[in-house]
Amino acid sequence: MRQDFLRGLGDVWPMMLAYAPIAALWGALAASKGFTPWDAMAMSAFVYSGAAQFVFLDLMGTAMPLPMLVFTIATVSLRHVLMSASVSRHIATFRPTLASGLLFWLTDEAWAIVERRALTDKITPAYYFGAAFPIWPTWFLFSGVGALAGAVMGDGKTIGLDFAFAAMFIAVLAGFWKGPRTGAVLVASAAVACLAKVLLPGAWYILCGGAAGMLTAVVLARPDDV
Amino acid sequence: MFEHQLALAIIGMALATYGTRLAGYWLLRGVEIKGRMKAALDAVPPAILTAVIAPTVFLQGIPEMVAGAATLAVALLRAPLLVTIAVGVASVAGLRYLM
Repeated sequence: MRQDFLRGLGDVWPMMLAYAPIAALWGALAASKGFTPWDAMAMSAFVYSGAAQFVFLDLMGTAMPLPMLVFTIATVSLRHVLMSASVSRHIATFRPTLASGLLFWLTDEAWAIVERRALTDKITPAYYFGAAFPIWPTWFLFSGVGALAGAVMGDGKTIGLDFAFAAMFIAVLAGFWKGPRTGAVLVASAAVACLAKVLLPGAWYILCGGAAGMLTAVVLARPDDV
Repeated sequence: MFEHQLALAIIGMALATYGTRLAGYWLLRGVEIKGRMKAALDAVPPAILTAVIAPTVFLQGIPEMVAGAATLAVALLRAPLLVTIAVGVASVAGLRYLM
């Protein structure tokens, strides 16, 4: 059990290094919008989603009503529905209460690690915990550090830190590449998202772009896949 | 006032994010997904990730577009995550300085 936990930890530590500066960047941006370090750590600990939290900071100026905000954050996080559906195949033997608890720590990166390990090994609760949990304290502690440092650092734009999040997503995206059909999905998604960003308020661009990408995938699905 | 609204926002967002993490496990557990349904679901992660970052990369200016292309090139060469992020950040900073 201890060994499985350590194996999970061994797989996840590069991700922890990558999370720290991104968490700090988010904390610094949050501080520039009026968050205290405690506010930043609370949001990072409970919401625990980089995409949702960056989008939230983006939407803070728009005076969006709370139900609309929650709906928007849910659309940003919709990808986790598929990830948890996919990962459910590997944790099917866990007690449902245990699985539900462990799923709190399902992030894009933890998911990618568990899926990769599942190709060769059986996933145990200890492994899942070791691979998924350590990112969490990294994320919320460095959010607090970033919020403290934010006043000193400014917005980080001159050193390109605002681009770190996009760069991380591009890196994660590359792992989904499966050939020209993926390219078509990405082009459709990017084009519609940009169009919607210009034309529509709030975060509708995420759902519009995502829907365009899904539609493209459905249209291009080979008859033998159906 | 800010603290009160922020607490509500955190609770609402936490329910939304944890809800999506549970939803796939509880709704689709044991359901066989195939055909066009599978194609659509397989496309969700790349489509959503792309939609999230597309305005950042394409609507800000030339430095972000070029840096995005450089980052993608490095990522497709299977560089480690940290290296890929460093290339993105360094190239956008350099291009902004030059332009």
